[in-house]
Amino acid sequence: MATVSMTVNGKAVTADIDSRTLLVQFIRENQLLTGTHVGCDTSQCGACVVHIDGKAVKSCTTLALQCQGANVVTIEGIAAADGTLHPMQEAFREHHGLQCGFCTPGMIMSAIDIVNRKGNDLDEHTIREELEGNICRCTGYHNIVRAVDAGAKAMAGSAKPMKHAAE
Amino acid sequence: MSATGIGASVRRKEDHRFITGSGRYTDDINRPGQAHAYFLRSPHAHATIKKIDASKALAMPGVLAVLTGDDLAADKIGGLICGWMIHNKDGSPMRAGGHPALAQGKVRYVGDHVAVIIADTLAQARDASEAVVVDYGVLPAVVDTATAMKSKTVVHDVAPNNSVYNWHLGNKDDTEKAFKAAKHVVKMNIVNNRLAPNPMEPRAAIGLYDKAEDHYTLYTTSQNPHVARLVLSAFIGIAPENKLRVVAPDVGGGFGSKIFIYAEETVCVWASKKVGRPVKWNSDRTEAFLSDAHGRDHVTEAQMAIDENGKITGLRVHTIANLGAYLSTFSSSVPTYLYAPLLSGQYNIPAIYAEVDAVYTTTAPVDAYRGAGRPEATFVVERLVEVAARQLGIDPAKFRQMNYITKFPHQTPVIMMYDAGNYNASMKKALEAADYKGFGKRRKEAEKRGKLRGIGFSSYIEACGIAPSAAVGSLGAGVGLWESAEVRVNPIGTVEILTGSHSHGQGHETTFAQLVCERLGVPLESVSIIHGDTDKVQMGMGTYGSRSGAVGMSAISKALDKVIAKGKKVAAYVLEASEKDIDFKDGKFSVKGTDKTLDFGACALQAYIAHKFNGQDLEPGLKEGAFYDPTNFTFPAGVHIAEVEVDPDTGVTRVVNWTAVDDFGVVINPMIVEGQVHGGIAQGIGQAMLEGVVYDKEGQLVTASYMDYCMPRADDLPSFTVGMTVTACPSNPLGIKGCGEAGAIAAPPALINAITDAVGHEDVAMPATPKVVWRAAQKALKKMAAE
Ligand code: FES
Ligand code: FES
Repeated sequence: MATVSMTVNGKAVTADIDSRTLLVQFIRENQLLTGTHVGCDTSQCGACVVHIDGKAVKSCTTLALQCQGANVVTIEGIAAADGTLHPMQEAFREHHGLQCGFCTPGMIMSAIDIVNRKGNDLDEHTIREELEGNICRCTGYHNIVRAVDAGAKAMAGSAKPMKHAAE
Repeated sequence: MSATGIGASVRRKEDHRFITGSGRYTDDINRPGQAHAYFLRSPHAHATIKKIDASKALAMPGVLAVLTGDDLAADKIGGLICGWMIHNKDGSPMRAGGHPALAQGKVRYVGDHVAVIIADTLAQARDASEAVVVDYGVLPAVVDTATAMKSKTVVHDVAPNNSVYNWHLGNKDDTEKAFKAAKHVVKMNIVNNRLAPNPMEPRAAIGLYDKAEDHYTLYTTSQNPHVARLVLSAFIGIAPENKLRVVAPDVGGGFGSKIFIYAEETVCVWASKKVGRPVKWNSDRTEAFLSDAHGRDHVTEAQMAIDENGKITGLRVHTIANLGAYLSTFSSSVPTYLYAPLLSGQYNIPAIYAEVDAVYTTTAPVDAYRGAGRPEATFVVERLVEVAARQLGIDPAKFRQMNYITKFPHQTPVIMMYDAGNYNASMKKALEAADYKGFGKRRKEAEKRGKLRGIGFSSYIEACGIAPSAAVGSLGAGVGLWESAEVRVNPIGTVEILTGSHSHGQGHETTFAQLVCERLGVPLESVSIIHGDTDKVQMGMGTYGSRSGAVGMSAISKALDKVIAKGKKVAAYVLEASEKDIDFKDGKFSVKGTDKTLDFGACALQAYIAHKFNGQDLEPGLKEGAFYDPTNFTFPAGVHIAEVEVDPDTGVTRVVNWTAVDDFGVVINPMIVEGQVHGGIAQGIGQAMLEGVVYDKEGQLVTASYMDYCMPRADDLPSFTVGMTVTACPSNPLGIKGCGEAGAIAAPPALINAITDAVGHEDVAMPATPKVVWRAAQKALKKMAAE
C-alpha cells in the first residue's frame, strides 16, 4: 500500500492504494468518477483519456502513484460550475458526434487537447490525424470531425467553417 | 413538419449524460459487498480436461470460490442454447453439440471457459487463476473453414465431418436450366472474412441474489434483456422469470454481439447465490476478442448466368459457413435465412439456388454481426454483377439498371416478397452526387500523379424489420419477432413510453419521443422513453436487424392510437358531446363545428380524476399497451459508390470519395439516420480494407488486441456524402424500413469493386491490405506486359 495525493477536478484528494493501481482505476473505483472509460488493454482506444497538468494522457497506462501532486481533470470536470457545458461538449451534441457515448468522454478530452496544441483553426486532415489515438466504433468519425472543428472554433469564439481534406 | 416531430433533426435527448460523463454503463454499477469474477480460459484450441486442481488457488488471499463445469452440472444448470432450428436438405434436424457455460470434460477454442475464480478483488481473482492447475490432453485443432468437413478431427461427436447442417434454398432444376441456356457465365470464388464486432464497451455483468426475496438480478450489456431472461429462465434454469430481473442499462454499442446469451453472465448470476455476494465481471479487450461471438467467415463458390441481352437469368451459390466451436444464440439463422433470401439483390433473377454447409471448427462461436448474412449475400451478388459487367463490356451502372426489379410487389425465387422500392431513382441520384460523368477526368489526373484511380458500385438490398412471427416460426425460429409498447399518460399530461426495443447508440430516447410529440402534440421534454429493464417493461424482443423503427415504433404507434381513442371518450364526457364528434389534432380534442376544446393534458387529468364520467361506463386512467407483429419484412435498398486511389508501388489505398443514396422509407430523424449510415460505412470499409480475425494452424488467435486487429481510425476514412430517396414502406403504419445495417452491407463490395477497378485485376481478397492490393496490381501489370 502507498499513499497518493492529487487534485481531481479541482478537489484535493488523498488515498491509500495498492501501488499497482492504475490512474483509471483510481478515478473510477476510488473517486467514483465513472465517466472515464476503459475500452482496451493495449493503450490504443483512448476511451480513458484525461488531462494531467493540462495535457491529454491515457489513464489506463498511467499509475496513480505517478500522479502524486498532479492536477487531474476528467470529463466530469470540464463544464462550468453552474453546469454550462464546455464548448467542445456542446459541439459534440450539436453535431451528433456520438452514438453509444462510450468513446465520447475520451474523444472530448482529446479534442480539447488538440485545440490546445494546434489552435482553433483546424483542417479536416489535421483533425483526423490527431484523433488517431481514439477509436469510435459507432459514428464512422464523420460527425466527430465536424464536432471537433466546431468546438475548436467555439473555444476561440470564431465561426469560420473548416477546410475539407479534399480542398 | 413541427420542430420536434417526424422528419426533424432533433438534437438527442440522451446526449447530455454521455457528454458529461454521467452515462451509466454496466461497469459503472457497483453493489455493496460485490466480489469479482475472473475466467480461466483455455490456452488450447482443442483439448480434453483430465483434471482441475484448484486447491492452491482456494487458499490464496481473498478467494471465495473456484467453480467449474462440474459445479454447474451438480446444480443442474443447463447449457447455452441456439434458438433457431435449421433442417438439413434431407429434413433431419441440425446437429447441435452441447454448450456448457463452463467446460465439461473438453475445451473447443482458445478462450473457452474452464473455470471461474471469484475473489474480493479482481487482482486477487486474477492472481489466483494462475494457481489453478489444469491437466489438458491436447487434441488437434480444426481451423480452416473450407476444409473443416474433411478434417479427421471432430469437434462434437454428434456432428460427423464437423457438419452442423447441409441446407438449401431455391429451385435447383430451374437454375440448372438457366445455366444450360446461358450465353455468358461468370464464376467466382469468394471469401467473406471473419470479423470481431468490437463495440467499444466490452461486455460486463453483475449478478446478485437477494436471499430475503429468493430473487436474482442481472445487470448486463445486452441488446435484448427480455430474451436474456427468457433463455436464462426457461432453458438454462437459473430461476423462474418472476424471480429473475434482467437490466441492460446504457450499453456502449452492440452491432449484434450483445444479442447473445453468453457464458459469463450466466455464471455471474448463478454464482451470486453460491458465494452469497454480488458477482461482477468485466471483459477486457483481449477477452472480448477471444470470446465475443465473431461475424461472417464464409467461403463461397458462385456463378451467374446471363443471356444474350445482358439479362441475368440464374444464380448458383455454394457456401461453407464457419460457426465456430459452439452454436451461439442465433448463429444457425445467419448463413441460412438471413443470407440466401437476399441473393436476388435488387435484380430480377428468375432462378436461384443456394446450398449452405455450416461447419464446426475449434474457433470462437460465430453469430450475427451488423448486417448478419445480408452483407455476405450482397458481397456475392455485387461482386458477380460488377465482374459480369466488366466481362461483357457494359457500364456497371447501366448493367445494374438493365436488371433492376421495377415492378412491386415482386416475388423472388428465394422466399422474399419485395413490397416497395425505386432502385433506379437511387442509382440516378447517386450517379449525380458522385459526379460519375467526371470520373474519367479524375482518373486521368490521378494517372499523372502516378496513382491508379478506381470506382466501384454496390446496389444493395436488405431485409429488416424482422419479422412476422408466424413466418419466422415456420422457418425454425424459436421465438416470435413482434415488439411491445406501453404508453403511460400521467395525470398532468406527461408521457412515459415503455418499449421492448433497446437503445445502445441508436438514439431511441429522441426518435421515439418525436413520434409521441407528433401524435399527441406534447412537448419533447414531457416524454420519457423507458427500456432495458424487465421489472419495468413488459416482455419485448429487443433491438437488432434494424427492427426498432419498423417494429418497435409501430408498436408504440398502435398504443398511441388506443390512447387517442380513449382520450376521445373522456373528452366526449367533458365537452358534453358525442364521441363520434370529437376530433384530435395538435394536442387538442375538439367538438366538430364548435369552438369547444380540451387540451391533451387536461384530458389526462380528467381521465384520472374521473369526476365527469361514471367509472362503470368508462374505466378511469389513460394507459394503453400494444403488441405489434409485422406483416412482412421491410426492404431498405440503395446505391453506394466508392472511389479510391491506389499507389501501385506500395499498394496503399486511399478512399477519396464515398457516395451513399439510401431508401429507408419514412425517416423520423435525418441527423440520426445519417449517423447510422456513417457508422455502417465505416464498419464496411473496415471489413473490406482493414479488419480480419486470424487464427494460426494451432487455433491460437493471432489478432487478439488493437495492436493486431486493425480497427478503422479517423485517418483511414473520408467524409461521406449521404443522400436519400423515399418510397414509404407499405407494410407498417409508419412507412419505416430501417437504416442500422445498410452501410455495413453496402460498403464492402463497393470498395472492392473500386479497388479491382483501379488495379485492373479481380483477385483482391478482403481485407484488401497494401500487400493484397500491391500483389493484384503487380499481376495486372505482368498480364498487360505479356499481352
Ligand atoms: S483504455 Fe486506455 S487506451 Fe484503451
Ligand atoms: S459513440 Fe459509440 S464508440 Fe463512439
